[in-house]
Amino acid sequence: MRSTKRLAAGALAAALGVTTLAACGGSDGTKASGTASGSGGKTVTLVSHDSFNASAPVLKAFTAETGYTVKVLKSGDAGAALNQEILTKGSPRGDVFFGVDNTLLSRALDNGIFTPYEAKGLDRVPGDVQLDKDKHRVTPIDTGDICVNYDKKYFADKKLSPPQSFGDLIKPEYKDLLVTENVATSSPGLGFMLGSVATYGDDGWQDYWKKLKANGVKVVDGWEQAYNTDFSGSAGGKKAKGDRPLVVSYASSPPAEVIYADPKPAEAPTGVATGTCFRQTEFAGLLQGAKNEAGGKALLDFLISKKFQQDMPLQMFVDPVAKDAALPAEFTKYGTKITESTTVAPDKIAKNRDQWVKTWSSLVLK
Amino acid sequence: MVLARPEVDGPDANGPDTDAPGAGRRGGEARADAVARRGALRRGGMRFALMALPLVFFALFFAWPVAAIVGRGLKADGAWQFGRITEVLGDPDIGHVLWFTTWQALASTALTLAIALPGAYVFARLDFPGKQLLRAAVTVPFVLPTVVVGTAFLALLGRGGLLDQLWGVRLDTTVWAILLAHVFFNYAVVVRTVGGLWSQLDPRQEEAARVLGASRLAAWRRVTLPALGPAVAAAALMVFLFTFTSFGVVQILGGPTFSTLEVEIYRQTAELLDLPTAAVLTIVQFAAVGAILAVHAWTVRRRESALKLVDPAQTARRPRGAAQRVLLGSVLAVVALLILLPIGVLVQRSLDTPDGYGFGYYRALQAAGDNGSFLVPPIEAIGNSLQYALAATAIALVVGGLAAAALARRGTGRLMRSFDALLMLPLGVSAVTVGFGFLITLDKPPLDLRTSWILVPLAQALVGTPFVVRIMLPVLRAVDGRLREAAAVLGASPLRAWREVDLPLVRRALLVAAGFAFAVSLGEFGATVFIARPDHPTLPVAVARLLGRAGDLNYGQAMALSTILMVVCAVSLLVLERIRTDRGGEF
Repeated sequence: MRSTKRLAAGALAAALGVTTLAACGGSDGTKASGTASGSGGKTVTLVSHDSFNASAPVLKAFTAETGYTVKVLKSGDAGAALNQEILTKGSPRGDVFFGVDNTLLSRALDNGIFTPYEAKGLDRVPGDVQLDKDKHRVTPIDTGDICVNYDKKYFADKKLSPPQSFGDLIKPEYKDLLVTENVATSSPGLGFMLGSVATYGDDGWQDYWKKLKANGVKVVDGWEQAYNTDFSGSAGGKKAKGDRPLVVSYASSPPAEVIYADPKPAEAPTGVATGTCFRQTEFAGLLQGAKNEAGGKALLDFLISKKFQQDMPLQMFVDPVAKDAALPAEFTKYGTKITESTTVAPDKIAKNRDQWVKTWSSLVLK
Repeated sequence: MVLARPEVDGPDANGPDTDAPGAGRRGGEARADAVARRGALRRGGMRFALMALPLVFFALFFAWPVAAIVGRGLKADGAWQFGRITEVLGDPDIGHVLWFTTWQALASTALTLAIALPGAYVFARLDFPGKQLLRAAVTVPFVLPTVVVGTAFLALLGRGGLLDQLWGVRLDTTVWAILLAHVFFNYAVVVRTVGGLWSQLDPRQEEAARVLGASRLAAWRRVTLPALGPAVAAAALMVFLFTFTSFGVVQILGGPTFSTLEVEIYRQTAELLDLPTAAVLTIVQFAAVGAILAVHAWTVRRRESALKLVDPAQTARRPRGAAQRVLLGSVLAVVALLILLPIGVLVQRSLDTPDGYGFGYYRALQAAGDNGSFLVPPIEAIGNSLQYALAATAIALVVGGLAAAALARRGTGRLMRSFDALLMLPLGVSAVTVGFGFLITLDKPPLDLRTSWILVPLAQALVGTPFVVRIMLPVLRAVDGRLREAAAVLGASPLRAWREVDLPLVRRALLVAAGFAFAVSLGEFGATVFIARPDHPTLPVAVARLLGRAGDLNYGQAMALSTILMVVCAVSLLVLERIRTDRGGEF
C-alpha cells in the first residue's frame, strides 16, 4: 500500500517534469521552427544588449510593411553583447546587431563584423553622427548624453546653486557630493572620464581627476548602485537614504523619474548639469554572414524610419537621430535639451582606452 | 545546499542499519560470489550504460565549450602560447587579485563556520516553534541572485542602515561587507551539511560516555566531534569553494577596489575580450577548484567510517536549562540580524509606494508596458522562470540521477571517484567562460543551439546536477544491494528490481534533489545573462533590467519581483522541509 502511494508520487513528479518540458517546447517551439525554416525567409533576427526595447505595435507595423517578423535576442550589457558578436564573427546568431556605441565602434569595425549597407532614409540623419560615412558599415540609430545629475531639493535646501560644468565639480562647495562609476566596468563611468579627456586634453585630465579625488568623489562599480543607492535625488536612492546629491547618469534620467512615478510630480526631482555631458551615439549594422540579408537590410531601414525613431525615446530613454522624429512631450517638458556635448573620436578611444583606464584606476582607486 | 544527507556510508557499507553479524553473512556469500562473477561483465556494461548520458552531457555542454574558449585564448596563429601563462601570472595586479581571492575566501570560511556552527547545533538538537519555516528561510539567500541581495545587504551595512543607526558603523565598501555577505549566503551550507548529520547522531553515545565518567566537554570532544569532523570539513570546503569563486557579492558590495579571480575573468572575457589573459586565469581557477574538490572527495571518503544514525525527530528536544536557552536566543538573534533583516528590507521596499504601504508595485508588474517598459509584462518572467527551472530540474535529475546510480554501484574505482569530482567542476567555473564557450562550439547544425531556449535550462542544469548527485549518491549507496539480488533471484528484471526496490527507497531523496535543483535553477543568474535568448526574461534577469532603469516604478517593481522570487524559492524549500521529515528514519 505504502509502496504504491510512493510510486504514484514518483510517477507524478516524473510526469510533471515531462509535461513541463513539453509545455516549454510548445510555447517556444513555434518560434524556433520559424527560424529554422525561415533562414533567408520570414524571420529577421536582431541581436542586441539588454537595454534594447521596442513597443509591440511598432514591431507589428514592421511585419505588416515588410512581411518579416522580428526576433530579438538580448545578450548582456553593451560591451559583452558586442564581444559575443566578435567571437562568433562569420557565423552570427542573427542578422542585425544593434548597440555599438562610439566608445566601442572602432573595436567593432576593426574586427570586421559588419557588411556595408547604406540604409534608406539616411539623408534625414545629420552628418555629424554618421561616424562611418564613407563605408556605411554601421548606421547611427540614437544618441544619448552622459551628464552629472543633481538632486534639486538638496541644492534648494542648502541655498546652493547646482554645479554646471566639469570645472565646478572640483570647487570646495561641492566637496563630498559626487558619486560616479568605475571606468573599467561601467559605460556612464567611461563616458564621464572621456568627457574629462575631451575637456582638459590628453595631458590635463589626470590632474583634473586628482583634484576630483581630493574633493571627495565616490566611485562605485555600476550605474545601478550609484543611481539607486548613493544618489539622494532618485526614487531608489531616497529609499536607500542616499547621501550624494550629484551622480553621473544620463540626460534622460530626469524625465524617467517623472514617467515612472505615480502620482506624477509637476516637475522632475532631478536636474542635469549641462556643461558635464559626453555624447554617446549608438549604431546598428548588418552582420557579416547573416542568414537573412534582405530582411536585415529592411530592418536597418526601419530602425531609422520615423515610426521607430519616435517610439524609441520612451522605450530606451535615448534621443532619435532622424531629424523628422518628434520628441515625446515628457522629454521636452521634464528633460533638458543638451546643446553642447563633449566627445572623443572612436579611433582615438580605441587606441588609448586601455591605457586611460589603467591610469585612471591607479589615480583614483588606489 | 543539501549536502545535508551525510555521506557516512561508503561504497562498501551496506547502509546504516544493516550491521549484519558476520556469521549470518558468510552463508550467503558463496552464492553471492557466484552471482557476482557471472554478473561482473554485465555490471561493467551496465555502469557504462548508466554513465553514457552524463558523460555526453558534460562533454558537450561543459568540457568542450570551456576547452574551446581556453584554447582560443592560448592559441595564436595555430601555435600554443604557453609563455602567456608566466606573463599573466607575473603581472602584479593579477598577483594582487590572486592574493585577495585566497585570503578573503579563507576569512569568509572561518567566519561562516564560527557563526553557523552554533546554528547547526540549534537546528539539529533543539526543538522550537517555527523551526521548519526558519530552516527554509536561512536557505533562501543561497538560491537568491546576488543582484537582489547586494541591494538589500547595503540596507544593513551601508549608510542609514541598522548598524549605522545603532552605532554609527558603516561597512559598505570595506572588506567586512564582503565577508558578512558571504556568511549570509553560506550559512545554510553549514547548517544543512553539519546540522543534517548532527541531528542523526545518536545522543545516547554521548550520554553513555558521561555515564562512564567523562565530563560534558570531554564527552563532546571524544564522541561527537570525531563523528562531526568530516562533515565540518566538507562544509568548510564547500563554503571555501563558493567564496573563492564569488562574483556578484564582491562586485556589488566590495566596490571597485576589491576584485576576485572570478570578477577578473568576467572583466577580461566579457568587457575586454582579452581571451589570452582570461584563459590563463581560468586555468588558475580550474587548478584551485580542482584541488579543493580533491580534498573534498578525500574528506568524503574519510567519512566512510560506520556511524550509527537515528531518526532526527528523536534527537531534537525542547531547550533545557539556561545555557541552551541563551544559545537558542543568540542563534535566533544572529539569524534575524544577518538573514531575516536584509530579506525584510526587500519586502518593505516592495510595499513602500509613494501613497503609503500597499501593493501598487505588484499591480504594476501585470501591466504590459504601455509607456515604455517591457515587451512583455514583468509578471510573465515568473512563468518563464518556472518553465525554465522545471526543464532544468528534469535535465539535472536525469543526468545527475544516472551519474549517481552509476557511482553508487559497488566496486567504485579511482576513475569513477574522479568522475564524481568532475561533476562538481561547473560550480567552480565562471558562467561567462561557459557562456562564451557555448557561442563558439554549439554553432553548427545539428547542434546550433545558440539561439534556442533549451540552452538556458541546459546551463542551469549544469549548476543543478552537482547538487542532485551529492544528494542522491549517499542514499543510493545506502540501498542494500542484497535486496536487489533477492529481487533478481526471485525473477525480477533489472528494471523491475530498480522500480520495486530502489525507487521506493530513494523517492524522498529524489524529491529533495528535485526541489533543490529547482530552487538553484530559479535563482541562477550568471549563465542566463550570457545566453542570448528570445524575449523571455527569467526573474533574475527581469530584476536586473528593472534595476538598470531610472524611476520609482522601475525600482519598486524590481523590489516586488525580488520578493516574489524569494517567496517562490522559500515555498519550494519549505515543501522540501516537509518531505525531509514526513516519514523520518527511512534512510
